[in-house]
Amino acid sequence: MNTEHIVKSFDEDLKKLDNTIAEMGGLAEVQLADAIEALIKRDTELADRVIAGDKKIDMLEADMDTHATTTLALRQPMADDLRVTITALRTASLIERIGDYAKNIAKRSVVLSQSPPLGPAKSINRMATLVQGMIKDVLDAYVARDVDKAEAVRARDADADLLHTSLFREILTYMMEDPRTITSCTHLLFVAKNLERIGDHATNIAENVYYLVNGEPPVDEREKSDASSFTVVEHEAE
Amino acid sequence: MNQSISQDTTGATPVTQSDAAPGIKIKADKVKVFYGEKQALFDVDLDINENEVTSLIGPSGCGKSTFLRSLNRMNDTIDICRVEGSIALDGEDIYDKNVDVVHLRARVGMVFQKPNPFPKSIFDNVAYGPRIHGLVDNKSDLDQIVQTSLEKAGLWNEVKDRLDQPGTGLSGGQQQRLCIARAVAVSPEVILMDEPCSALDPIATAKIEELIDELRSNFTIVIVTHSMQQAARVSQKTAFFHLGYLVEVDETEKMFTNPTDERTQGYITGRFG
Repeated sequence: MNTEHIVKSFDEDLKKLDNTIAEMGGLAEVQLADAIEALIKRDTELADRVIAGDKKIDMLEADMDTHATTTLALRQPMADDLRVTITALRTASLIERIGDYAKNIAKRSVVLSQSPPLGPAKSINRMATLVQGMIKDVLDAYVARDVDKAEAVRARDADADLLHTSLFREILTYMMEDPRTITSCTHLLFVAKNLERIGDHATNIAENVYYLVNGEPPVDEREKSDASSFTVVEHEAE
Repeated sequence: MNQSISQDTTGATPVTQSDAAPGIKIKADKVKVFYGEKQALFDVDLDINENEVTSLIGPSGCGKSTFLRSLNRMNDTIDICRVEGSIALDGEDIYDKNVDVVHLRARVGMVFQKPNPFPKSIFDNVAYGPRIHGLVDNKSDLDQIVQTSLEKAGLWNEVKDRLDQPGTGLSGGQQQRLCIARAVAVSPEVILMDEPCSALDPIATAKIEELIDELRSNFTIVIVTHSMQQAARVSQKTAFFHLGYLVEVDETEKMFTNPTDERTQGYITGRFG
């Protein structure tokens, strides 16, 4: 419904919810891109900037909490207005978590830069590109209320899960080959896990977009393709 | 408690009840209401479920009060008013020529927007209905009905020591609960409420809303309200009227979170032009 409210300031309140999401989302995208760049280029200064930059997202989330709560109390939104408010609140906390994962990747990149480069970094980059695309698309879908685009993001989470599983195996084999790499490889494992979780959060935001537009959650269970929890890599016989 | 409304069968087992679907207390079928030449309601189909609260919402002049008043033939008092279609109470058409309107209104009671106690004592206000309907033979039965009704209306503890004082001396909220006690005293099956809280402060409103929720187990309640929050709080089913049409009716939860019709959406979110 596009028509304006009789009380115009209500429209401004709702607009502010959307704007905060857009701002938080934009920041989270940049944070993740920078964290990955810091990891690949072994750039500790950039990593430090990412670690410090997470505060801004946290502050915006706190703003969202206050603003959405006030809107609920003062406007008592109904129907789609209610969904806009609730969805903004939920999405803000999902984006805040994405920011935390980006910050964690940056922290680990500082440790990783102190030991020799590892092969799997390339696969990490590939997974990061996929997950970054998911975030970008799901935020676009949110702003445009585009359910088809949100559904496409949901479908892509399976790819992220598959990449995570294969990365998990790959990193394990590196550790087996050379136990001296165990420290850095373990950090890489966590980086991969962080990316996988970011993909999950993008998927959750996509589900929020679906609910926002349709008034009900998506019905079909999405495919779970992350098999890393069951993965075993056997030592080859000498 | 299901009595027949036809004069000749009063007290006898009604034979028409099986027509009603289970759980449906009142069935409105293609109801049209005219005031002279002007048509106020257009083909309204609405089922009112037993022991549920159904709220009627919509902008002023949408026909919700007209519909409410047609449920116990309050519109009969307006000369130029004409009702077409059918309204069945337990499967029996209330506009049938055999229907005793006084008896019908004992079964379908009403509470109005502005508390309107009679200029009599608190006791006599509540005792009035049982007396004129001849529901009691002796004083102790009457005392019992008055007490029970005031208890059901959540007013007994506040007035039990001053039953002989005028009902008009009570506060607005107490007066409204007195009117509810008066409506309850004749053991109706349905209670119609026309904006029962619009003249009350939030505390008195909360008490009435709590009361409505309690009354639901014994009565079927239909309430017209301008407060959407009130409709959301007290009712299980909500019907939205606009320009004389019933636009949408659904579970209250669904109506306020995800209504189907654009007009409902526009009205409840405050975007109505």
